[in-house]
Parts: sequence; structure tokens; C-alpha cells
Amino acid sequence: MFKIFEPNKIFQITSKASKYVLFLFVVVLSVGLTEALILSPEDYKQSDAVRIMYVHVPSAWISLGTFSSITLLSIFGFIFKNKNFFLIAKSLAPSGFVFNVVALVTGAIWGKPTWGTWWAWDARITSMLILALFYAIYLISWRIYEDKEKVFKISTFITILGIINVPIIKYSVDWWNTLHQPASISILSKSSIHSSMLFPLMIMTAAFTLFSLLIFLMKYNTELIKIKNKGLDRL
Amino acid sequence: MINELLFMNGYGAYVLSAFGFTLVSFLTLYLITKVQFIKEQNKFVAKFGLLNSEKAKYAKSQRINKEILANATNN
Repeated sequence: MFKIFEPNKIFQITSKASKYVLFLFVVVLSVGLTEALILSPEDYKQSDAVRIMYVHVPSAWISLGTFSSITLLSIFGFIFKNKNFFLIAKSLAPSGFVFNVVALVTGAIWGKPTWGTWWAWDARITSMLILALFYAIYLISWRIYEDKEKVFKISTFITILGIINVPIIKYSVDWWNTLHQPASISILSKSSIHSSMLFPLMIMTAAFTLFSLLIFLMKYNTELIKIKNKGLDRL
Repeated sequence: MINELLFMNGYGAYVLSAFGFTLVSFLTLYLITKVQFIKEQNKFVAKFGLLNSEKAKYAKSQRINKEILANATNN
């Protein structure tokens, strides 16, 4: 059923794809930075501080999306007894964690000029910090346990616990009174953000997604070579 | 013009440090991942070189091993 996910077939693609993804990332990031730092307008309330949004928001989106993907892959891996799903999940985690940290740090930098503080224990910020902790525990679990079956079980359990936090992050601004503003962009209803700001935001999101893909490809190839190294030892 | 771009109505330090932190994080993650990849690839090539001709022939019959070796020589 999942023959398409066989490492031999995937490696053929992933080993060649990373250099093209890197090239595309550099091009899209250059356009994104020009739009975000120079061409996009300043906000009538926040002035130029709004430009932090172009790194903060895509980072938060990608860290949430990556954690959701890791959870789904881990559950599928567990149900279908497919080790490659776990390998893909493990390879996604480092970039997801870094995007989570970037979202927290850039959020703190944005908070100082707009709220007058670097940090507040409000629902959105605290739940994002908890997500970073889940990422860290997930990554550490892969380092601690040698037994593969054990690490598959434990890492899946961590992601299932962590995924409970994802809807809390999403709806925290609606459920509680927070310093953090509600979502300006919605797929189902009209977004409250002007197209002159939406365009650079989408370009930066595309660039960050490409970076996440690049790190995933490199990490996945590294994991496959690690397995093959063990295979050579057994020969 | 450049001063205006850097000053950003007094928010330049915040904006540029946010962008700077992001790009430095990206570069660090990229370099760490690249170093890990090259290390594993070199380990593979070294181990492959230690195999006798029969074992090397068997190992090379696996497509993925051939790909790793080809990539290592291309890099």
C-alpha cells in the first residue's frame, strides 16, 4: 500500500532535489525580503514594527503545521507498522523546532514596541512555549532511546499529547483575553489584512516552507545513510 | 534613503534584529544539518572502501548504496 514511501525510491528523489530546493529558496527569500523590508507599506498603528510579522507569522504557521504532520505520520507509522513514516516524522522535527523558537523570539521582539514588554504569560504565548517543549522532548526521545520499537511508541505518545495543544494555540486568542491580537487571516472568511501586506506575507511563507523542505530533505538523506552505514556493518 | 530604511521610524533595531535572528537561525540549522550529512556520507564511503570485493559487489547491487556513492563523488 505504501510502496511509494520506500526509502530506496524516495532517496533517488531526495538526493537530487535538495540543490534545486536551495536555489529556489534563495530566489524566493530574496524577493520576500525585498517586499517585507522595502516595498510593503507601514501600518497606520504599528508603523514599521509591523514588518516583524513577515518572519513571525510564517514561522508560527510552519511550526504548527510541522507538529501536526509529525503527529499524523507517527500515528500512521504506528497503525501501519511502517518505519519510514517515523523516519519522515523525525526528519521534519528539527526545522519545526527552529521555526517554533523563531516564532517565540520574534514575537518577543515584536512585543516590546507594541505591548511594552518582551514577554507575557498570556494564553497564546504560553501555549507556543509549551509546543516548543513538546518539540524538544520529541527530539530528545530519539536521542535517548536506542531500542527502535520503544522510541516509536514513546515519540508517538509525545506527539499525541502535544497535538492537544495545537487547537489551544489556534483558539487561545478567542477563548481567553490575551495581549496577542486575533487572527487577521482566515481561509473560510474574509481576511482583515490588506493585499499589500498579504502578498509579502505569502512570499515569506513560501520561502520558509522551502527552507523547511530543504532541511527535511537533508535530514532524511542523513537518516537513510545512517541506516545504510549500519547495514554495511552487518555485511 | 539608506538611513531611512535602517531607521524605520525608530523601529529599525527591533525589525532588523527579528530578521537577523531568523536568518542566523536558518544558517545555523542549515550548517549543522549539512555537516551531519557530510559526516555520515564520508563514514559510508570509508566503510564501503573497507569491504572485500565480494561484499562490495553485493552492497553495490542495492540501488540506494550506488546513489550514496555517486552523490559522495559528486560533492
